[in-house]
Amino acid sequence: MNDPLALRASAEKEAARLPALLARAEHLAGAVLLGAHGRRRAGTGDDFWQYRPAQIGDSRRTIDYRRSAMGDTEFVREREWQIAQSVMLWVDQGASMRFASSDALPDKIGRARTLGLALAILLNRGGECVGLTGTALPPRAGRPQIMALAEMFCRDDTADYAPPEHRAMIPHARAVFISDFMGDIDGVRLALTKAADRGVRGVLCHVLDPSEEAFPFTGRTIFQSMGGTLSHETLKANDLRDRYLQRLAERKAELASLCTLTGWRYGVHHTDASAQAGLLWLYGALDARGAGVAA
Amino acid sequence: MMVLGGIGFTAPWLLLALAALPVLWLVLRAVPPAPVKRRFPGVALLLGLKDDESVSDRTPWWLLLLRTLAVAAIILGLAGPVLNPEAEQAEGSGPLLFVLDGTWAGATRWSQQQETIEAQLTRAGRLGRPVGFLTLTRPETPVFQSADVWQTRLAGLRPAPWQPGADMIATATEALSGSGDFDTLWFSDSLEYEGRDAMLDVLQARGSVEAYQTAANVFAILPATYADGAVNLRVLRAVSGPARDIMVQAQGRDPAGNARILAAAPARFEEGAAQADVSLVLPSELRARITRFDVAGQRSAGASTLTDDGLRRREVALISARENREGLELLSPLHYIEQALAPTADLIDGTLTDVLPANPDVIVLADIATLSPAEAAPLSEWIEGGGMLVRFAGPRIAASDISRIDEDPLMPVRLRAGGRSVGGAMSWGEPKTLSAFSNGSPFYGLHIPDDVTVSAQVVAQPDPTLAERVIASLGDGTPLVTRKNVGQGQIVLFHVTATAEWSTLPLSGLFVEMLERLAVSSSAASADAGALEGTVWTPQRVLDGFGALSDAGTLPGVDGPALVTQPVGPALPPGLYASGERRLARNVLGADATLAPVVWPLDVPVRGMAVAPEQPVAGWLLSLAILLLLADVVVSLSLSGRLLSRSNASASVVLAAMLLATPQAEAQTAEETFALSATTELVLAHVITGDPKVDEIAKAGLMGLSDTLFFRTSVEPSNPLSVNLETDELAFFPILYWPVTPNQPTPSAEAYVKLNDYLRSGGLILFDTRDGDVADFGASSPNGRKLQQLAAPLDIPALEPVPADHVLTRTFYLLQDFPGRHNARDVWVEAADPGAEQIEGMPFRNLNDGVTPVVIGGNDWAAAWAVNSGGGPMLPVGRGYSGERQREIAYRFGVNLVMHVLTGNYKSDQVHVPALLDRLGQ
Repeated sequence: MNDPLALRASAEKEAARLPALLARAEHLAGAVLLGAHGRRRAGTGDDFWQYRPAQIGDSRRTIDYRRSAMGDTEFVREREWQIAQSVMLWVDQGASMRFASSDALPDKIGRARTLGLALAILLNRGGECVGLTGTALPPRAGRPQIMALAEMFCRDDTADYAPPEHRAMIPHARAVFISDFMGDIDGVRLALTKAADRGVRGVLCHVLDPSEEAFPFTGRTIFQSMGGTLSHETLKANDLRDRYLQRLAERKAELASLCTLTGWRYGVHHTDASAQAGLLWLYGALDARGAGVAA
Repeated sequence: MMVLGGIGFTAPWLLLALAALPVLWLVLRAVPPAPVKRRFPGVALLLGLKDDESVSDRTPWWLLLLRTLAVAAIILGLAGPVLNPEAEQAEGSGPLLFVLDGTWAGATRWSQQQETIEAQLTRAGRLGRPVGFLTLTRPETPVFQSADVWQTRLAGLRPAPWQPGADMIATATEALSGSGDFDTLWFSDSLEYEGRDAMLDVLQARGSVEAYQTAANVFAILPATYADGAVNLRVLRAVSGPARDIMVQAQGRDPAGNARILAAAPARFEEGAAQADVSLVLPSELRARITRFDVAGQRSAGASTLTDDGLRRREVALISARENREGLELLSPLHYIEQALAPTADLIDGTLTDVLPANPDVIVLADIATLSPAEAAPLSEWIEGGGMLVRFAGPRIAASDISRIDEDPLMPVRLRAGGRSVGGAMSWGEPKTLSAFSNGSPFYGLHIPDDVTVSAQVVAQPDPTLAERVIASLGDGTPLVTRKNVGQGQIVLFHVTATAEWSTLPLSGLFVEMLERLAVSSSAASADAGALEGTVWTPQRVLDGFGALSDAGTLPGVDGPALVTQPVGPALPPGLYASGERRLARNVLGADATLAPVVWPLDVPVRGMAVAPEQPVAGWLLSLAILLLLADVVVSLSLSGRLLSRSNASASVVLAAMLLATPQAEAQTAEETFALSATTELVLAHVITGDPKVDEIAKAGLMGLSDTLFFRTSVEPSNPLSVNLETDELAFFPILYWPVTPNQPTPSAEAYVKLNDYLRSGGLILFDTRDGDVADFGASSPNGRKLQQLAAPLDIPALEPVPADHVLTRTFYLLQDFPGRHNARDVWVEAADPGAEQIEGMPFRNLNDGVTPVVIGGNDWAAAWAVNSGGGPMLPVGRGYSGERQREIAYRFGVNLVMHVLTGNYKSDQVHVPALLDRLGQ
């Protein structure tokens, strides 16, 4: 992009999309109440955790004299261990995500980006470090990171089905994969096993369009992938329905079993359901898992 | 063109393509419907799935049939099918002669004949035959030329308003003698005439003859005659077929001078009859304006007949003895007869000697007993020449000895001396009434009013001839009107005066009707050759073959006897001829003419002109193909699942709507909108004056009054409207406020009709001259003068200033003043019944009449009522508190006025309340 005019135009276009995505994500995130986010153990942090009798080795500076003055024992005031978690997002930017079965529904990629960014905003408010998988945008805290994320989310991928990015995973971090998982499942398997190797736990969010679940097609049809690389012709589409649904169910089951193996959480989100529900589930899944990991 | 099964094809070779249809069937059957392309991310999951062999999707047979039919329709349509293909005729060769009758009988179907000739010319041109023309009504030596030369001259052919005479046939025969052999197409006008057979023989000697004639009947009308007060017309038809009604129209000029149909009557041909009679009974005034009679739907000279002197207004000379009684108009012996005759006759005044040379149709002598021999002799001569003498009796005749011993030549009967008087102060008996008119009387059938009485008369002597001369008599059998015929004329005697002195007859309508009967039956003498000897008649207007009149131009004059004896022809075109003041119509058909249909010998083929025209049906077939293909689109879409899928649902709905629905626009007209806005609620309205300031104040004033009514009373008007008198309906408004400006336009006559209807149906107009501060009521100001001018055509009763006990003073508020922005006392309403009297003890008179139709004043009420958009007063009234008080009274006047309009005299009826309560025992 050496042409400054084209650069400017594309920048303007992207900038025009950003606020909408951000606003939707902020709006969505605002609806989730941030609950307790402690690590449930003593450590560095701001919140009081417990008083414990001073032991040998405790610095005298750590003795809480107000508490100790109540009795003869010296107490140390411990604070809860509060540590920022790193969460890595991967939102499928592939062409297959740019599909919506009707004008009334958002396309899958829009929903995925909204969910991902909203989750990022939530985590960001909770003080976590949020970033992307891979090396493009490592996890960082702070408000500017949201802007950077939003910008990254606005980049479409030209590939029909994008495999999950599995490089440069931070050990023991957390990961969120949002995709329709229509592509080759080997990429997902590779990413998940690699993540499991590094102790990364996370959530798979399977975003599907209702028509992908219902397959409401009849007649002679040529099905083409969004990028046009794959196509399949049938004389009677309605006859394929059962077999397609079976394959979809198999795909879901495979993903679920993969998650079970690697300790991830698996969930399906439909674009005709409310984004709120998807976000709540994502947040809850991430939080519960995180607690488990921390324990 | 090839004809298959009655249908011709212009491109029959294309039909071979129909053989390809089975192939098409097979091909279509093999090719499944075109696939739908869909973007679908789930295709990754579909990869590798195979269709079952058994479900491979073939096009259903009925869809194949649909498409095959569509293709077949296209093939048939392109092959150029033609219904009613023109039958092939013998081609022939050599010269071709077109013989035309060219008479008035073909004029009605002239354009059809022209088309047929043109078609035959085209055909002759295609075959390269030279063509000649011979019109029998205007015979000339035929010149054989190529057909396209004649094509250009075809429009110049015109039918003649006469039939071919013997001389014309002779000329035609002679003209043909020089040419060689030829074939003939004879375009006949369906009427037989003398010499036609001879002509046919001449033509058949040269070659074959084919005849063309229309199947339509020929109608003609004979000259109108007059008998017994009716115009008698006879319509003829050439072929007597089933019963049929034909309208006969009387054409003439209306009083404004425009040509129009003055009367029409149906003439009924009975089954098998070739003639139909119709009588038109018309008011003489109307009859006198008729210029011609036409057979409706026919356009030929024979189907119209011109009228002449026979229908003109009668000339009546009125002569009385007493001429010098100025100022006593009603006692003039001729007053009533003048009144009766003036609308329908031309009256001539003067002495008898002056009048006779003018040759009037009728001479009326009112109570003239004796005539000098110098007068009597020419009078007798005039009567014998067809004149009609009407005499009225009177004191002079009663006192004279005329017709006493011997019958006077100028009297119909002998008279007894002195006459008689019945029912007078000095005589016995009652005044006599008339007996019903007998069957032979010209008055037969007239209704006799009961109030016609005769108190004095002259009495006829009984004579052997008396009975046949009486045409009206009294109830006791005494003759009242007697008549005798002298030569071609007649003498009528009324045995009473022409004034109301002796009887009430001249006062009644019967008198007029009797005079009309008498005057009408004295028609102009029919012209015969002897009477026209020595006269020269110049044509003024002549008829062409189509029956249209045109100026005669420089056509030469015609000798009188020839005018009535010679047949019409080029030398004597039918039309109106004039000699001096006399006008005579020479019509195409004489009084005894008949029509005979032409009969062709067996060896002459006869073709009609009204063959069913060739009708190409290619368009229909191609349309059918398009419809089938449209159906195929819908069916294919539904088969492939695209018709009812979610994304296409709306499109298919639109498609179906376009295919099936016929859009029906329901536009509410401006009139309906106006009517709705005016009638949904009670609405006050003002008349648009054209002065924007005045209109604005008027509307604002009515707004203020509407608000006041809304706040204070149960009348809750909607927003006021402005009314255009020319275009808007007035009946919706109970009251119209009409501010008067000096330069507003005067409404049109139609608007005045509307206004008068409005006033008669209970509407009220409040006229406001708005000059109460400077002018009194009347024409003293420009507005007042304008008001007089505006209101002059309105149906307004007598007015009076509002009396103190007028119901307007108490319909809601008790008022005695009616101020607006000005406070003048002059407010005028309909005058009360002068008989209304105030009952003792009652506060006001008992005035139970309707709502006054107008209220007229100059107090500029609207200005006092007017409110601005904020609801505050728009214009100041007076000064300070008293000004506001005046505005309040102005509002109260408005409330009272609207209450008066809406409740009528209800408050006036309140006067009865005490009596009613008393009667109810309260």
